[in-house]
Amino acid sequence: MVNKQEIYSLLENVCDPEVPALTVLDLGVIRDVIIEEDLITVKITPTYSGCPAMNTISANIKFELLAQGFKNVKVEEVLSPSWTTDWMSDEGKRKLKEFGIAPPQYKTKDNPLEEDAIVPCPRCDSKNTKLVSQFGSTSCKALYKCLDCLEPFDYFKCH
Amino acid sequence: MADNKLDYILQLADNALIYGHRLSEWTGHGPQLEVDMALSNISLDNIGAARSFYQYAAEIEGGDKTEDSYPYLRDVRDFKNVLLVEIPNGDFAKTIARSFYFDCFQFHFYTALQQSSDERIAAIAAKSIKEVTYHWRYSKGWVIKLGDGTEVSKAKMQEALNDVWDYAGELFAPNKLELEMQAQRIAPDLAPIKERWDNSINEALKAATLTITDENGDWHHNGGKDGKHSEHLGFLLAELQFVQRAYPNSEW
Ligand SMILES: [Zn+2]
Repeated sequence: MVNKQEIYSLLENVCDPEVPALTVLDLGVIRDVIIEEDLITVKITPTYSGCPAMNTISANIKFELLAQGFKNVKVEEVLSPSWTTDWMSDEGKRKLKEFGIAPPQYKTKDNPLEEDAIVPCPRCDSKNTKLVSQFGSTSCKALYKCLDCLEPFDYFKCH
Repeated sequence: MADNKLDYILQLADNALIYGHRLSEWTGHGPQLEVDMALSNISLDNIGAARSFYQYAAEIEGGDKTEDSYPYLRDVRDFKNVLLVEIPNGDFAKTIARSFYFDCFQFHFYTALQQSSDERIAAIAAKSIKEVTYHWRYSKGWVIKLGDGTEVSKAKMQEALNDVWDYAGELFAPNKLELEMQAQRIAPDLAPIKERWDNSINEALKAATLTITDENGDWHHNGGKDGKHSEHLGFLLAELQFVQRAYPNSEW
């Protein structure tokens, strides 16, 4: 019988469709994998309520495991406790920055509303940056501008 | 009794859906790109919360119900949303005035709803409160910016807040269903929420150098919670449900 670890390593192949630099494990949406006889249940926590990527993520997890020969795969949503960027892996944060997106800067309990957050530019590391819009191209991002290199950039908000 | 809980879940869902749909009408029409993105994001968050509630309703009702049955296959009188969320967007100031009242309500309401005796409802509230916190900050920010802005922006913001004011009262006037849900601790008591809402609104208005002149006293529009809607909801649903009505059960 397949073990949990093998399923987890297969999940490394499933990426967030909107932020393809991140796997679902980096993103921290995988809660558990349950193996019962030939049924594999993957429990995931949705990120944002209206995030259209969640349907794609569920489907892609299924496709990946079906493609690897598992015939009976179920993806279940777990609402509570709700997802937080605190669950994002350090590796995930590193990949985000490399991808040009500033990673979450705080643990949510320290500064839940990110008042006066200092978000370093992912390109030149300058801390001289400015919030342009709290709401960016997807639910999870805010739009910033670097006042030194003048590049606009996305910030993956604490949530 | 289970039926009544179902109706209450639909009320929660309908409020989020209709509000989200109204905000989505700004997509592609925002006065600035950033505003367009913000209103579209807030819309998505609300439609997402609505989906969570509709999914729960479909599970309770069973049979062939799905989350889509409720938004697409019910008529005006079946919707239980407050009138505030269905009024047309008007200009930007009016949209912001509605969001200012409603986001602030959602913020305090979802905070309390996390204590619901129904675990699933509490979980959806706990998830939504994170998002609504940003919505409230956003609409409050605009009221302050426009109120404490130029002569023109101040006048427009003031007028919009006055216009929409008489729709806010319904949020805090419990109907029979809500009273029953409160007795079961499924729904929170609305009186303390009203008190917190008043405080938050007044604090923001002060910063915005605006005041509400409450000409009609305690009178407010009423009826949405019991399915008695304004003519506007029919037009909204005509658009929302068009594809399902023209091509029933179609899939893509
Ligand atoms: Zn820079």
